[in-house]
Amino acid sequence: MNLRILYLLLAIVLALWVIVPIFLIATLAFSDRSSVFAWPKGILPQQFSLETISFFFGVEGVGKAIRNSFVVAGLTLLFALLLGAPAGYALARYRFAGADAYRVLILLTRAFPLAILAIPLSVQFIHLGLYDTPLGVALVHTTLALPFAVLVTSSLFLGIPKELEEAAWTLGCSRVQAFVRVVLPLALPGLAATAIFAFVISWNEVFAATLLTLRERTLPAFLLTALNDSPLPFRFAGGFFLIVPALVFIFVIRRYLFTLWGIANR
Amino acid sequence: MRSERYIPYLLVLPSVLFLLFLFAWPLVEALLLSIRGAGGEWTLENFQRMAADLYFKDAIKYTVLLAVVVVPLQVVLALCLALLLGGIGKGRDLFLYVWTIPLGISDLAAGIVWLAIFTERGYLNSFLQALGVIQEPRLWLNYETPAMLFLAVVAAEVWRATAIVFVILVAGLQLIPKEYGEAAEVFGASPWRRFWKVTLPLLTPSLQVALILRTILALEVFAVVVALGGRNLPVLAGEAYYWYNAYQNPGVAAAYSVLILGISVLATLLYLRLMRSREVA
Repeated sequence: MNLRILYLLLAIVLALWVIVPIFLIATLAFSDRSSVFAWPKGILPQQFSLETISFFFGVEGVGKAIRNSFVVAGLTLLFALLLGAPAGYALARYRFAGADAYRVLILLTRAFPLAILAIPLSVQFIHLGLYDTPLGVALVHTTLALPFAVLVTSSLFLGIPKELEEAAWTLGCSRVQAFVRVVLPLALPGLAATAIFAFVISWNEVFAATLLTLRERTLPAFLLTALNDSPLPFRFAGGFFLIVPALVFIFVIRRYLFTLWGIANR
Repeated sequence: MRSERYIPYLLVLPSVLFLLFLFAWPLVEALLLSIRGAGGEWTLENFQRMAADLYFKDAIKYTVLLAVVVVPLQVVLALCLALLLGGIGKGRDLFLYVWTIPLGISDLAAGIVWLAIFTERGYLNSFLQALGVIQEPRLWLNYETPAMLFLAVVAAEVWRATAIVFVILVAGLQLIPKEYGEAAEVFGASPWRRFWKVTLPLLTPSLQVALILRTILALEVFAVVVALGGRNLPVLAGEAYYWYNAYQNPGVAAAYSVLILGISVLATLLYLRLMRSREVA
């Protein structure tokens, strides 16, 4: 019995280790300027204020950077699903020569550092007219999200009995009809979770986004390049704003988290 | 019915073409970029300039040191979290959610969060002042305090990325049939022995994945360091960034990225070798 309490205490300490820093940055983001620079600081917020946050949103370029982040992450989500889900379906439903080689290719992309892709691509993208465009950044982010999408959707489709599809065929559905009417509705929650993960991967990526853009920066790229010559309130508000979607997304997909990551990392 | 055979290839083809264009091709380009001079001739000049650079030795030192310190910490902490999860009954879902929150937090955001703690008038200094350890704010993230800056990066990285290892390990634990542990219990094995003799060996594949993935990502460490200390703590990916962006020299930047790749491949091979030989033994 005592052991149980010890476990629980330990669990609470580890939960606080995660939460307290987020609480602190939120406190700073919702304080006025003088509390951000106050010395010494109390743990609890002095007074609630929107001064810091509104200062952040008022800085020139922030609005555009947020818009770019959404466009890039949206495109990444779309590409990852459109390219990844068919491949995942093929791996789940068909045995074909080269399936193993394909799996190896997918795993290889996960094993290579991003720096090695971003530098030559930014050189090439200048020639291709993709440099400094949200599309260019989204393409690179898709290479990060695609392996994940393939592996996860493949196991998703594996979990849907083939017999259901075959039954639809015998009832006169074409292959495409059977897929749309029978498989897709069952796969939808998992596909949505995959999409959200692709979105988060792109929303958080900074190295490639910074190298591949100049004016059309995503929010992380904008923050990173402005970091060294911007005041602390700006940085704290930006850091907090980066975290908010993460909190929401993890909450939304928490049920799928372990299935998704367990599979994606096998 | 013949046409059936082409369906899977048709489904896979778009992603293969995509990866050839955005993965295989840039990979080759990066290698070419690093071993070619401005005029297109073959040369080792880029690597020589990289090795002669003021920041080079420190960048290697800190990058490798960070991986060596951070990755084991994360694995041990994640193992504790995963085992703890089995020990708590009520509120399991709440802890699961809280512990996995960092999964969605970026390295840049984590760097900024810990900047709020380690900065001059930050929470750490306020805390130390309250304890009476210091009177005035102190600088921790300076180039004169590399040890403290290093610690701050370790804290931020452990805070952010332990969740990934945790999820991989929990998913791995779920795959282990309960019967093994129960059998060991019947034969009188203590919880500690059961962990070492049953759980850990069966968890090896997941541990391997977690180690390889985390090490590769740790060798790419970049935004956390920039947010906390700028260039005061040089790392390899950061140097690649500065050479590309500030010095406008893609050749040397590519040399840095090839070096990161080289170290990553070495680390991966090492893990695969070490963990296979353990299985045989």
